[in-house]
Amino acid sequence: MAQTTEQRYRVAPVRSRGREWPFPLNLYQSAVGRKWVMALTGMGLIGFVLIHMVGNLHVYEGPARMYEYAESLRTIGGGLVPEGGVLWLMRLGLLTMFVVHLHSAITLSRMSGNSSEKAGRISGAKKYEGGRDHIAATFASRTMRWTGPIIALFVLFHLADLTWGWWLGGDFVPGDPYHNVAESLGYLPVAIIYVVANIALAWHIFHGAWSMFQSLGVNNPRYNHLRRTLATTLAGLILVGNLSFPILAQAGLIDEDGRMCPVGEVEGNACLAEQGHGAAATGHGTDSTGSVSP
Amino acid sequence: MSMDSDTAAGTGTSPRLDSKVPAGATADKWENHKFSMKLVNPNNKRKFDVIVVGTGLAGASAAASLGELGYRVKAFTFHDSPRRAHSIAAQGGINAAKNYPNDGDSVHRLFYDTVKGGDYRSREANVHRLAEVSVNIIDQATAQGVPFARDYGGLLDNRSFGGAQVSRTFYARGQTGQQLLIGAYSALMRQVAAGTVELHTRAELLDVVLKEDRACGIVTRDLLSGEVTPHSAHAVVLATGGYGNVYFLSTNAMMCNVTAAWRAHKKGAFFANPCYTQIHPTCIPVSDDFQSKLTLMSESLRNDGRIWVPNGMDDARAAADIPESDRDYYLERKYPAFGNLVPRDVASRNAKTVCDEGRGIGPLKNGVFLDFQAVIARDGVEAISAKYGNLFDMYHRITGENPYDQPMRIYPAIHYTMGGLWVDYHLMTTVPGLYSIGEANFSDHGANRLGASALMQGLADGYFVLPYTIGDDLAGLLGQTAVPTDDPVFTEAVRGVEDEQKRWLSINGTRSVDQFHKQLGRIVWEHIGMERDKAGLEQALTDIPTLREEFHSDVRVLGSAATLNQSLEKAGRVADFFELAELMARDALEREESCGGHFRSEHQTDEGEAQRDDENFAHVAAWEWHSEGTAQTRHREELSFEDVALSQRSYK
Amino acid sequence: MGGGHGETISVTLRVWRQDGPDEPGRFDVHHQTISTDASFLEMLDLLNEELNAAGEEPVAFESDCREGICGTCGVMINGRAHGPQKATATCQLHMREFSDGDEIVIEPFRAAGFPVVRDLAVDRSPLDRIIEAGGYISVGTGAASDANLTPVPKVAADQAFDAAACIGCGACVAACPNSAAQLFTSAKIGHLGLLPQGQAERWSRTETMVETMEEYFGSCTNHGECSEACPKEISLDFIAFMNRDYIKAKVRNRALTGQH
Repeated sequence: MAQTTEQRYRVAPVRSRGREWPFPLNLYQSAVGRKWVMALTGMGLIGFVLIHMVGNLHVYEGPARMYEYAESLRTIGGGLVPEGGVLWLMRLGLLTMFVVHLHSAITLSRMSGNSSEKAGRISGAKKYEGGRDHIAATFASRTMRWTGPIIALFVLFHLADLTWGWWLGGDFVPGDPYHNVAESLGYLPVAIIYVVANIALAWHIFHGAWSMFQSLGVNNPRYNHLRRTLATTLAGLILVGNLSFPILAQAGLIDEDGRMCPVGEVEGNACLAEQGHGAAATGHGTDSTGSVSP
Repeated sequence: MSMDSDTAAGTGTSPRLDSKVPAGATADKWENHKFSMKLVNPNNKRKFDVIVVGTGLAGASAAASLGELGYRVKAFTFHDSPRRAHSIAAQGGINAAKNYPNDGDSVHRLFYDTVKGGDYRSREANVHRLAEVSVNIIDQATAQGVPFARDYGGLLDNRSFGGAQVSRTFYARGQTGQQLLIGAYSALMRQVAAGTVELHTRAELLDVVLKEDRACGIVTRDLLSGEVTPHSAHAVVLATGGYGNVYFLSTNAMMCNVTAAWRAHKKGAFFANPCYTQIHPTCIPVSDDFQSKLTLMSESLRNDGRIWVPNGMDDARAAADIPESDRDYYLERKYPAFGNLVPRDVASRNAKTVCDEGRGIGPLKNGVFLDFQAVIARDGVEAISAKYGNLFDMYHRITGENPYDQPMRIYPAIHYTMGGLWVDYHLMTTVPGLYSIGEANFSDHGANRLGASALMQGLADGYFVLPYTIGDDLAGLLGQTAVPTDDPVFTEAVRGVEDEQKRWLSINGTRSVDQFHKQLGRIVWEHIGMERDKAGLEQALTDIPTLREEFHSDVRVLGSAATLNQSLEKAGRVADFFELAELMARDALEREESCGGHFRSEHQTDEGEAQRDDENFAHVAAWEWHSEGTAQTRHREELSFEDVALSQRSYK
Repeated sequence: MGGGHGETISVTLRVWRQDGPDEPGRFDVHHQTISTDASFLEMLDLLNEELNAAGEEPVAFESDCREGICGTCGVMINGRAHGPQKATATCQLHMREFSDGDEIVIEPFRAAGFPVVRDLAVDRSPLDRIIEAGGYISVGTGAASDANLTPVPKVAADQAFDAAACIGCGACVAACPNSAAQLFTSAKIGHLGLLPQGQAERWSRTETMVETMEEYFGSCTNHGECSEACPKEISLDFIAFMNRDYIKAKVRNRALTGQH
């Protein structure tokens, strides 16, 4: 009559291990595996944010170049696939990463919550009645679960704002991002939302980009000291780039005073297309930035 | 003092103490005996229950090895985890006759050094066996993943330790004990997972149970719930460590105690050589009344540090302000050949002498300097920091003094006890079916233990001796079931333990257990400490019983027996220390000679060294318990030295 | 002699008292005047003496070796596991780290996997459960070959040692905002996984130990509090090592690489 685990240890497990799922889904079953997935999706999302930010810098080249950039995204894949096909695939991938990142974050957070003494309380907030003196944890690492939801809400807002044009109403012109950005970010409350959300985003990336290496187990004394630098640089670049949009829009650097094409779905877009090609062909692309200058 | 017929004056081994040492040449005994012992068929091993109490090096290694063999083992520890046993605190290293450095070491040399180092008061056959299996211990530990120190070629590194003339000590930074214990603990946990070992944590042994004069089980108290539970088995192994905490202040852990061994003693196991206690010369001196324990600084510090005190009495100057001409490097002066590296007992006694003269240093004048200024000047701070950095940091943390700038203050402290339950060659006590291994028994170190030998003995007993010898006895029990725990012998023992708990809680006196323990410790240190004499020992035999009476009538233990109650735990342990202390005094009084850790000031050479009396005292003294209020009887086991010639130690 | 011998300070203690695992807890306030040479636990010893004399039950707290190696002691002191001094277990903390007039809040280590037993004592047995799940090298007594048969590169041995220095005190779990036991578990996995002897069971060990750990403890979010609180200063690098090995264990073809 062998001794059971319960007889041996008086502390019962906080959670029980279920039946193992088939590979590779079983990776997602454990917290370590889930963190790995979270790191991978996080890396993908950082990549997206970075590319998105760099791409958006086209806004400083004027409506035509911005239009051309947007168009180029739709025609990735050339004639091989239907127009917008690859873009949709990318969107789908992005959405999946986003959902998985979110799901892993929520479930892992709940797991940590169950593991701190006050079961059910959200983790990261484990309480000591006498207070808690953090030594190593940064403000960023401790606020991941606040910056995370802020970013998620912001993403919805951002899509509603500039993709679906929910509240620009009549002012929203599909296919003319320059106009939409100028319209939306020109409005102070919206600009403030963008500023706040992007600070949260950079804050999130500051910890996330460093944490990612740990979760993936990427660790080498030769470059370990660079991990923090890399995370800071990434977060800094994204912060500066993304903040420039609402701030410069408010400062009047993104406006349509010198706009040469009419604003409107058909005639405006056609004009932008023509102008963009013309500018590219004659090498006057940079000149067109003049149109955004006061 | 009541004296029975079988006293020191008598001669010959007591018929009760059959050592069962096999015949033949010392070097062949163990090899031949392994063949002659009875075996238990692998299928039958699972029919035997074995209880192992204690999960230090000896207990964990024994429980794991017995579990691997197929016995049904129940392992008990009063800690929350088996890994916390005090073996973990050993710093220096573990000896083994591997002769990897090619410097002339051999099994015979290790055997010889250990017998001599024990001042000729150990059993040759046991020591030889210890030296033989020492090599297997290193192999076993390495295979378990113990990270011993290695050289740049990736092979194991050795160092010379405790004045040995060969480098045979394997070490793992300053935490050899912890690393070896983690090895044994992991082996134990592997068996726990395999289901061959039942693990009982926070379970303190409070009685050993006998049926028809044979050990049949134990009674434990759960330290969290207070539940008292009987456990039965075919054999009981006590691996419960030494009794250094009888001094209150020692380098032992706070919870180390003699209770398991003592309660076994009260059930018939003879207690051998209780007066053999070891003092470690390099500990941090007591700083105040509130001091709870002493901290050892590794002996390796004496390789580079110079020990001195001021020439004059009550010299209050800071060390740096005392010129060379006013310093007395007394060890270098008295022992030019060995200098600061004289054995532990010699270094300790000399420190006591200079402090007693009033030349002690520090705020309480209770220490001597261990000075590194010369070696720092010679080799530089960096070299010293690489060698002793962690020790210097520890000293700094504890004392608030920086040893790079000013000398360390050190003083001897109780560190290890060579005495313990008497065992035969099979490690069985005088109670059939009851074994004792590791520091809890008396067997291998004689009157003085050499550095780096404690770990060796604990693991030798647990891994390579007991698993063989226990089978010889169990083989004869085949077909017998263990005594059921509802047998009257168990119910009676359980009631006895429960009554004891109630008694402590009902006294409701005025003083705490710790206060009594401290007072007892002071008496024992004063009279049965580094130096003993007749008058002092007789004084102790008056003082201890008096204080003991007070303890039983005036101790205050609050709370209940049904929860974690640390005062209650301590009360039982201190009660046993009182009884042990008395026996120590009697043993020390009877042993009219000086040997190893037992120094009687009446018995010293003209130069102040220990003077053995081989004619009358080349024997083990093993004490038999009769009943409360009756003095124990002293039995003797004569020791014969066939391979190591008796000689006087000299370090001049 | 230097070192401020004999200095005395007065401190206010707020000590967590809790009669049993399922009882509500409370803070008791005590005032102590104490020498700066006393260790923190000796200060609690004195408090207990006073309580006992006053007829109150002493505060239950655990300690054993008082040399910083057995891992028995450990309390939260002013919101830090093992108190303010770096690389120091509670038992080696001395009162000279505090100033006259300080308020000191003393609480047990908290985590769902470490239920409070009484006052400041907690049950850390889930750590043993993790070791039982695979924290060993399967070598029976007597089965070992000569210790020098397999050379171990000194760097590997030293790294393994850094991990093996773990004393199992549980401060990492206590300090972790998520109550994760990653540092403890990874120290064991790192210790055995870095040595040649530990290779045969490297992947199965990592798998079972990690999964057992997750039955009791939270998820690591790389705060780094554990390593800061660790009295043996075990590095976060071992956590990365464990994470990598866990994924490898799940992904690699163990049957054809000859490793379990």
